[in-house]
Amino acid sequence: MAQVRLEHITKVFGEGDAAVTAVDDVSIQIDDRDFMILLGPSGCGKSTLLRIVAGLEAPTRGEVFIGEKNVNDVIPKLRDVAMVFQSYALYPHKTVQANIEFPLKARGESKADRSAKAKIAAESLGLGTYLDRKPGQLSGGQRQRVALARAIVRQPAVFCMDEPLSNLDAKLRGETRAELVDLHRRLEATILYVTHDQVEAMTMGTRVAVMDRGQLQQIGTPQQVYAKPETVFVARFIGTPPMNVMPLGLFERSEVLVGVRPEHLRVVSDSGVAATVRMVEQLGHETLVICDASGTRVVVRQDADAVVPPVGEEIHLDAGESHRHRFDPTTERRIEA
Amino acid sequence: MRRKWRELPIAAGMLAPSAVVLGVFVVYPLVRAVQLGHLRCDATGKRCREGGWGQYIDVFRSNEFQHALANTARLALMTVPIGLALGVGLAVLADKQLRGIGFFRTVFASTVATSVAVASLVWFVLLQPEVGVLPDLLHGLIPSLKHPGLLRDPGTALPAVALSSIWASLGFTFIVITAALQGIPRELYESALVDGAGGWMRFTNVTLPMLGPTLLFTSVVLTTRAFQAYGEIALLTGGGPDPERPTQTVPYLIYGQNSLVKNDIGLKSSAAVLLFFVLLVLALVQFRGLDKRVHYAR
Repeated sequence: MAQVRLEHITKVFGEGDAAVTAVDDVSIQIDDRDFMILLGPSGCGKSTLLRIVAGLEAPTRGEVFIGEKNVNDVIPKLRDVAMVFQSYALYPHKTVQANIEFPLKARGESKADRSAKAKIAAESLGLGTYLDRKPGQLSGGQRQRVALARAIVRQPAVFCMDEPLSNLDAKLRGETRAELVDLHRRLEATILYVTHDQVEAMTMGTRVAVMDRGQLQQIGTPQQVYAKPETVFVARFIGTPPMNVMPLGLFERSEVLVGVRPEHLRVVSDSGVAATVRMVEQLGHETLVICDASGTRVVVRQDADAVVPPVGEEIHLDAGESHRHRFDPTTERRIEA
Repeated sequence: MRRKWRELPIAAGMLAPSAVVLGVFVVYPLVRAVQLGHLRCDATGKRCREGGWGQYIDVFRSNEFQHALANTARLALMTVPIGLALGVGLAVLADKQLRGIGFFRTVFASTVATSVAVASLVWFVLLQPEVGVLPDLLHGLIPSLKHPGLLRDPGTALPAVALSSIWASLGFTFIVITAALQGIPRELYESALVDGAGGWMRFTNVTLPMLGPTLLFTSVVLTTRAFQAYGEIALLTGGGPDPERPTQTVPYLIYGQNSLVKNDIGLKSSAAVLLFFVLLVLALVQFRGLDKRVHYAR
């Protein structure tokens, strides 16, 4: 197992006017046995960064270290990295067994060794009875496990996973999340995991790196990223429904943007911000009250058993000092009190 | 039930155009050829008499037909594997994101727009000992290029025809395989790359198996073409050189200028019908035999 260090990585695709900067001066350190999530919306550069670690793309600038070694000029084969693709990238003409054996075959291991190791990897993921099938005969979840088995079979230093759960249905996704966490614990592996799904990020990661438009926005544990978002982008990206970031002067008479998470807004009788209830969404375990405060949409989350104000009613909203996140309106970065 | 019959005229009307085309250009000629196949005609080709169905067996067993069939098979054995290998090779070479690769793709694909007649003339001129460029350049390596010339040497005439034929088909093979290559998901290659497979291993473990259905299709088409090759033989060798006539293939036997049976419509028809069955069996064998080894990805 190993540490991965990215130093000032920049990746530009194309040239001249058509040049697109996919990754913009990103430095991240992924510690040994970290489950690092690269989180961000489509096109934020997270997959490009992952591909740079795997050696499928070369960075335009910057250096990649795996362990203590600079691997910029090392071909993927010699980086000791395994990759799990969103599409699983299983070889459709090979059996499950042959798929799992492939990385070992590529490394010239003997047939007996290959077969034994593939069986162990398959067993550990519950694929023991499917070894003779072709990927086309498997369900999405089973294919996904074959892809995982193919990755773990050669015990790589680093696992790169590119949205491996996004082709699964919601129920299976939930189950597989737990399995991946368990796998991480069992293998004591360093995992670099790309997703746009904040639930995956919050539940699986030991640390989360949030990216937007090629830039690293914040890196920290899921709790840190949730509790103390460093930028307006992170504040709005993490949390469902997202944080209410109020325009200048609405919540406080100051020159800062104020953000409050929906669960931290309280309905009060007179102080705070005046708002009109526009809609009430009953979700069973909670209720979302969607209000309009001088043209700004504000979402309040309440317990299911709370008394909900009716639509059209004028209410006042307030939040405790410790729940107010303040951001600089020009840089959109967090201001610590 | 009654409603079904009411729709019959409409159905018939709609089917008529295809039925007419199919009937006039496929069914009628086929039936007519089978009929003609048991006639024997005199040298003028005007007067014919019944030869009986046994004529098919006689023709099949005849030295001429067997000789022509062997030549045809030889031609196929030369053109199909080499044509496929070259097509795959060029397509893989051109399947790269390089500057100016479009130019090479166009060049490689260009023979698809070249008729057999043009291709044959090009090769005829190239291989002519008197005027051709190749004999002047390469006669040190291959003396028969100059004396008597590849097309006039019984040992090299058929390979020379095959050369022209391969060249003429290469554009088609290249285009079909290029299209198939572009249908292979990039991730399979990337996955193989990260897993440590080198270029050759990626080719044998990803490219070739993923091309399977296309290779099967192309090999059937190329085999059929080889068994139907006529233009290049008529233009390059006329079935010769005499007396061995190593390039007299079954199609040339059927309608070549210098064919032994050139005026006997009956014998020609029966050879044509036999060729049809030979091709049918070959295609079946190819599909049956190879289909099991080909993987059709979903």
